[in-house]
Amino acid sequence: MTLLDDKPDRDTEAANPELERKAERAESWRGFFHALPSFVYLIFFFALPLVIVLVVSFSGRKGTGSPSFDDWTLDAYRKLFDTTVLRIAWRSLTMATLNTVICLAIGYPFAYWLATRSKQSTRNLLLVLVLIPFWSNFLVRTYAWRILLDSDGPITRIGEATGLWGKLLFTQPAVFLGLLYGYLPFMVLPLYAALERMDWSLVEAGRDLYATGWGAFRRITWPLSRPGVIAGSILVFIPSLGAYVTPAILGGAKTTLLGDYIVTQFTSARNWPFGSAVSVVILTVMLIATLVYFRTGARTL
Amino acid sequence: MTEGTATPRWVDRVLTINGWIVFLFLYLPILVLVAYSFSGSSTVGIWGGFSFQWYRQMFGNEALMDSLRNSLVVALISTVVATVLGTAAGIAIDRYRRWLGRRTFDALLYLPVIIPDVTMAIMLLLWFTTINLALGLSTIIISHIAFNISFVAIVVRSRLAHLDPSLEEAAMDLYASRWKTFRRVTLPLIMPGVLGGALLALTLSLDDVVITQLVQGPGATTLPVFVFGLIKRSVTPEINAVSTVMLIASMVLVFVSLGFQRRGERYD
Repeated sequence: MTLLDDKPDRDTEAANPELERKAERAESWRGFFHALPSFVYLIFFFALPLVIVLVVSFSGRKGTGSPSFDDWTLDAYRKLFDTTVLRIAWRSLTMATLNTVICLAIGYPFAYWLATRSKQSTRNLLLVLVLIPFWSNFLVRTYAWRILLDSDGPITRIGEATGLWGKLLFTQPAVFLGLLYGYLPFMVLPLYAALERMDWSLVEAGRDLYATGWGAFRRITWPLSRPGVIAGSILVFIPSLGAYVTPAILGGAKTTLLGDYIVTQFTSARNWPFGSAVSVVILTVMLIATLVYFRTGARTL
Repeated sequence: MTEGTATPRWVDRVLTINGWIVFLFLYLPILVLVAYSFSGSSTVGIWGGFSFQWYRQMFGNEALMDSLRNSLVVALISTVVATVLGTAAGIAIDRYRRWLGRRTFDALLYLPVIIPDVTMAIMLLLWFTTINLALGLSTIIISHIAFNISFVAIVVRSRLAHLDPSLEEAAMDLYASRWKTFRRVTLPLIMPGVLGGALLALTLSLDDVVITQLVQGPGATTLPVFVFGLIKRSVTPEINAVSTVMLIASMVLVFVSLGFQRRGERYD
């Protein structure tokens, strides 16, 4: 069967332009049909939900908090400029930025160290040690800090014994520690991937041409690892900005971040349109961040 | 990098110290958690002698075991569906370069990966209420498939990108049908990617708290959401035991996936 309908047009492809066009069209249909099930699925359970969030953010609000599509209003967006909201947004933004910067400051030397171990087997072993926390349950890893920082927890007791710090749980530093701990592996892996496949003979060439160690790093290693830096920063920044589990477990009333603030709008605060408006803002920030990523990513290539 | 010309010795020493500090930072909290799960004291944070009592209590907790069962059902179904759809999607993007809507599809495929969990949770919750779908185990499964398709597709795609298409062309030149080529050539070659993607999907499904919490219905919750609720109420040593089991499960998944990867490398 297939012998008859597949083979001839493949052979005469180059010779007959009509057949060639036909084969091309068949090929493009095949691609389309491969994508079709997931395409439909993602339109139905991703793209349309995305549109709904946008729609609801402009809708009125019923007593139950759910949207009413009879009246349209900008109330939700106006509420974004309340001082409480601005304070939470500012806190989230600074926390996410600070977390990204510190993850990079710790993660870069760490990834560099991993990538420069001379034996392949050592590198593989160390990589596995990074992968385990990366794959481990995020909730469980955050919960571990809940124990460490609890009033009888080891870190609290060390702090009390030395008089350096008191109980950290439910404070800003606790949330920050949780975010740092949670997202550090997300920074390390892309950095490691970028550094590991880097052509190190370029650095040697630089050194041969009398570049100082620092000079060679600044002019060769750092620019070449830029895609990893950008990917890692995005992977830390976006989830930190939308963090929900960390502030919910390690934070208190005064440490609310945008992520748990949004969820509250859908649960106890019962203001769905407003929760949607905050989501739209986060989505916009995320989209800008990703566009910047692809722009700079393209330039480094 | 082997010659060490790039880094002077003192820099390397500083880096090594930093490296071990980071590993300590990554592992100490987990190890403390595991140790306390074997503590006989009912106060978290105080060591009360070695004991298995929290594990016993955990297995006797009916609600917890129900949520575990739900988690496994959700993870299995969503992984299987997402793996099939995601693999086809990866093939569509990598192997077929020109078709209507390819660029839109490509963008749509990446968005669920970069979008924050909270936003995706809100989107799906609003959508389910708009189309009047009753919240329950089914909406959890639908949501998990929605975010898992993309992850599988990306893993499969990167695997395909390393494959030489001439192998498939050779098979077809030797009169293999498209289906036979796929079954006998393409699929075995991308299998490490497919399995890797499936494991990632399984892990993500078993870990998800945020999305599940918002799209779940009354009476049907998953293990992480159940544990999350427990933690928010009060911290009990039983949670330590559950957490330890979850950690071990993740670790097993890491090693299985590394095994697949290694097998994949042997193929190349």
